[in-house]
Amino acid sequence: MRPSTSSRATRLLGAALTVGLVVLGLFAFVFTEADLVQLDAVRLLYVHVPVAILSYVGFSVCAFGSAMVLWKRSTWWDITAAAGAELGVLFAGLTLVTGAIWGRPIWNTWWEWGDVRLMTTLMMFLVYVGYLAYRRVVPAADVRARRSAIIGLVGVLNIPIVNRSVEWWESRTLHQKSTLGELKIEDLTLFTLMLGMVVFALVFAWLMIHRFRVGWLEHQAETVGLVAAMAERRAQRDAEIDEALAHPGVSSGSDR
Amino acid sequence: MRVLWAIAEKDLRIEVRSKVVASQVLPFAMIVLVLFGLALDADRATLRSFTPGLYWVAVLFAAILAIQRSVSVETASSAFEALRLSGAAGWQVFGGKALAVAAQLLAVEAVMALGVVVLYRSSFDDPVLVVTAAVGATVAISAAGSLYGVLAVGMGVRDTILPMLLLPILAPVLVAATRAFDDGLGTAAVNGWSWCGLLAFFAGVYLVVGGAAYSVVLEDA
Amino acid sequence: MDTAIEVSKAVVLLDRFPALAELDLTLPEGSVSLIQGPNGAGKTTLLRLLAGLVTLESGRATVLGLDVATERRRIRAAVGLLAPTAMLYGDLTVGENLEFWTRLAGDRSGSIDAALERVGLSDLGDQSVASLSTGQRRRAALAAVALRRPRLWLLDEPHAGLDQAGRTVVDELVGDAIAAGATVLVASHELDRVRPLATHVVTIAGGTARRVEVLPSTSSGRSAEAGR
Repeated sequence: MRPSTSSRATRLLGAALTVGLVVLGLFAFVFTEADLVQLDAVRLLYVHVPVAILSYVGFSVCAFGSAMVLWKRSTWWDITAAAGAELGVLFAGLTLVTGAIWGRPIWNTWWEWGDVRLMTTLMMFLVYVGYLAYRRVVPAADVRARRSAIIGLVGVLNIPIVNRSVEWWESRTLHQKSTLGELKIEDLTLFTLMLGMVVFALVFAWLMIHRFRVGWLEHQAETVGLVAAMAERRAQRDAEIDEALAHPGVSSGSDR
Repeated sequence: MRVLWAIAEKDLRIEVRSKVVASQVLPFAMIVLVLFGLALDADRATLRSFTPGLYWVAVLFAAILAIQRSVSVETASSAFEALRLSGAAGWQVFGGKALAVAAQLLAVEAVMALGVVVLYRSSFDDPVLVVTAAVGATVAISAAGSLYGVLAVGMGVRDTILPMLLLPILAPVLVAATRAFDDGLGTAAVNGWSWCGLLAFFAGVYLVVGGAAYSVVLEDA
Repeated sequence: MDTAIEVSKAVVLLDRFPALAELDLTLPEGSVSLIQGPNGAGKTTLLRLLAGLVTLESGRATVLGLDVATERRRIRAAVGLLAPTAMLYGDLTVGENLEFWTRLAGDRSGSIDAALERVGLSDLGDQSVASLSTGQRRRAALAAVALRRPRLWLLDEPHAGLDQAGRTVVDELVGDAIAAGATVLVASHELDRVRPLATHVVTIAGGTARRVEVLPSTSSGRSAEAGR
């Protein structure tokens, strides 16, 4: 039987979030009204706000996992950290895209320098893209775990740093003009927003579980491979060894 | 501390002998400044007001090269292993190499400062502020760079992954240094000294983090 | 006589490849061991393990009574490793290199001039390492190891690249080490050269120690155990 990452729990979860997404779509596009000021663009908020929050959850998971890797040297935490970073990057990318699409009609611009949240999200996105790229480059599992843990931790240190410096940089920030408080939030809009939060949290959890399990299977495959490799290595026959010793090569070659 | 100084001195002595930073990194930084001038095709006033930003971007590019050089000095002779064998502590190697990189960068920055005076007709209204900001930024860049530099050691793609990892981390330093220079060069009305404070904070954070993390990384180098 | 090296079921991974696959080895202090084996057998990895440079995936190892897993720094301070690569800075002179490494090791090192003379490089002390031949660099690296006055010498192919005079230097340094009561391990393909000096011959293959011979010419006290 081929290994699979799904289980009863994830199937239930997947069913729940599918239903949730459909319901959310109905609420977002049909039941709620367009905002007076923002018109239909407000509907993007039902996606934008949850994915923004969840991207930070992902990065926090990575940072916490990285700290645990350095403390406990555990593969479990390493896989968790990597999964958290992947989801963080994915959700941060979604945040930036939905934000840009939303911002165009509202702020009349795709992008705005000097906006604290925008800058911070962009920075985190870049830092953790780098983290993921780095993990692909290092082959040895324990070395990779420790080194990327440092990158993951230092990366999250940047959040308060970037926050502080950008706030100083530009006193105005477009985000402030359009916090949730300023929207005319009636009950239905608030409900849809909360619904969006729940649904995307389910999506996050579902992805996280699957991603973690894939990582765990990879780890197990490596361990199995190791046992076989060890057996093969030890099997070098005595006759071969004596032969090699009888005729030692003049060149020292590359020894292990 | 003795070990730290020995390592810094060794790196600087190697630079004096090989002159890589002086003959390759510095000219590169100057070329970047020239390219900015060409690309912007702007009148003097515009270049002058952009000087702080252009200057620090050029410094960051130069820093990447300087850090790569600092790392390659060790990898060329398998010296990281020898450093581990010597019993030097992680923070000592970190401190020594970061100190050497900082010294070299400051020298490059000094020449670049002359460059922007000539090429962009900038003037240094507040030299004390400018020097303080430069020192703070340079320490932060050298510290973060030395840590990330050794993280990239042993990887086949070191040259391309280092800037990718390092530059997002240094973006706030870029912002702060540029603002401080805005004040120091008189190109904008900002409080440069508070930005200097932020730079000092970055420098402190990266020195501590780098020193603490270096021994972990050195073990695998 | 005390045990200098005790390795038990050591597994060392290099990028997931088991360079040492449950290696067992015990060697007494003051012994001189020839480590022989085909290419890729794990000789270099064994030396690096004993130098405290690589971590054990599983198993145990003690060097001079110090545990490799927990006391690596103390082990490194007590051993001298001659690696295939010179571990010298090309842009600095031989003298500056030796000075730097002894500065890092602390003041418990000998005179640099004496070390240079011992390896026959007295005239080249002020020459940059990059301008030296391979053999001369080898000798400089040997001087660096000798200056540390290690209790355990780990020599990886010490004769490679050396001329007749250079090889004699190696033999003499090994003699110095023995006289000082140090333990020596020499990984080499030059069996005829090293056997006369050795008290033990260890055959490494497939990441394990296949055979350990105790040579009758020198008395080494406790006999070494072979691992299967």
